[in-house]
Amino acid sequence: MRFGFFLREAIRSMRRSAAPSFAALATVLVTMLVLGVFIPIVQATNGAANSVRGRVEVDVYMNNTATAADDSRVQSELLQLHHVKSVQFVSKEQAYKAQVATDPAAYALLGSNPLPDTFHVIPDNPSNVLIVHTEIAGSGSGGSPVDASINRVSNKQTDTKQILEVTNLVTITAAVLTVLLVLASIGLIANTIRLSLYSRRREVEVMKLVGATDWFIRWPFVIEGVIVGSLGALLAIVVLGVTKIALLDPLANNFALIAAPRTISFVLLIVVLLGSGALVSAVGSGLSLRRFLRV
Amino acid sequence: MAIPAPRNARPAAAGTSAAPVIEFRGVSKRYSGGDVGLDEVSFSIERGAFVFLVGATGSGKSTVMRLLIKELDPTGGTIRVAGRSLNEITRRRIAFYRRNLGVVFQDFKLLPTRTVYDNVAYALQVTGGTRRDIRDKVPDILRLTGLSTKLHNYPNQLSGGEQQRVSIARAFVNHPPLLLADEPTGNLDPETSVDIMRLLYRINRTGTTVLVATHDQTMVDKMRRRVLELAHGRIVRDEATGLYTRDETTREFAQRLRAPSTRPPGVS
Repeated sequence: MRFGFFLREAIRSMRRSAAPSFAALATVLVTMLVLGVFIPIVQATNGAANSVRGRVEVDVYMNNTATAADDSRVQSELLQLHHVKSVQFVSKEQAYKAQVATDPAAYALLGSNPLPDTFHVIPDNPSNVLIVHTEIAGSGSGGSPVDASINRVSNKQTDTKQILEVTNLVTITAAVLTVLLVLASIGLIANTIRLSLYSRRREVEVMKLVGATDWFIRWPFVIEGVIVGSLGALLAIVVLGVTKIALLDPLANNFALIAAPRTISFVLLIVVLLGSGALVSAVGSGLSLRRFLRV
Repeated sequence: MAIPAPRNARPAAAGTSAAPVIEFRGVSKRYSGGDVGLDEVSFSIERGAFVFLVGATGSGKSTVMRLLIKELDPTGGTIRVAGRSLNEITRRRIAFYRRNLGVVFQDFKLLPTRTVYDNVAYALQVTGGTRRDIRDKVPDILRLTGLSTKLHNYPNQLSGGEQQRVSIARAFVNHPPLLLADEPTGNLDPETSVDIMRLLYRINRTGTTVLVATHDQTMVDKMRRRVLELAHGRIVRDEATGLYTRDETTREFAQRLRAPSTRPPGVS
């Protein structure tokens, strides 16, 4: 009975003040659209950055004379180092095959296999790559590599540093943008709600004089916020869904050039948008009302 | 049209205790700007009385009203309503306190988005009144105030007098023991004012204590009720009730109000 009354009150006031309600709904719609586009973009960017970082590794080249015994010894030594996640062994034959595949003519001229056995050492965390590098290259006696059979450790310090810096920057920028966007959304929605409440402050005053408790006045506004927020988010989801099906999905199918980074699933996006739309409007309504309740 | 006996309301006229309905004791109100609203005002109003509060603009009439609905808190002294000190009422409980008051304002303060019926019903919904309650009481009170034909009109479709009637209906639908009216006739022509006063008198005769703030001197003179006059935040006149308390019917009352202005006997 009580909830029914509040619901009817909310619907009544939405009908009676259609323009402010519509403005609030449009604000939620636009904000949620932007958010709905932005969330996958941020995720794709982060995904790309991470996949670049994932490729950061230390290459260890063995002497040409290294035997299979040397290889297995070095492999176990590498695995014992700190911050090493895994070690991938590429024998000289495997390396040769791979290279021949890329440029058969050049390697045919070469005649013999100049490539050494190689270890790709992958650090547990991309930012630890330099530590791993020094461990391998300089921890032996007199600044020599860990094992005598190691010929050379790849030295791509500057490249690696740049990759790490750039990807860090990208991730941080995306995070800052997300926070700013979320703040702007909340501010925008709260402001619109406050405007629509402002036009009804006299009504609130009268309600208080008749002896309505704060929550009695507040509930219909909160319910109205939930309805407006959900409707706005729902419309945004419909628009996003149509765009996805009409534009994005064919693109993904026809031009699989860029490996699609893993992004939020559409269902989860729907839940997030609906939830945040309804929650922000409801909390916004409830909070904005506070100043008018002081009569 | 007889006033229905107050249902489930306390017997207002019965005088369950000797405590006055309103008691101001040394009440002061200074506004933050330094203006003095009230200066050490003391008076009390007995149960079932009909009292006028007069004075020029800025004399403190509205301050008294706003203190009584606890929209403001006094800066000194104590106010008691039905024996209970208003200082003891927490912010949370104000809403419940206000349900025991009927309040009528010069600008009616109706909800513009609701019909006459819904405006009155809202006062019942606020207190958790059931649908049945509302169906029972609202038509009654609207008949009493002569608004039966305007049930489904919105406030902006009504005349000033009719709007004030709605506001009185809303104030009285809960049968509060105390009715406050702040300049109820301030926006109305003399003839309509008489109707409104008559309605207030009729409500008073059911046992409800009525306090009316007004600057309509002729009306006050004709009514011959107790008068409290404020000037610069002090009580400057408190004319005893004894002279005026002859019981009249509302018809006699209205006739007297409409009669050409004559000073009541005994008043210089």
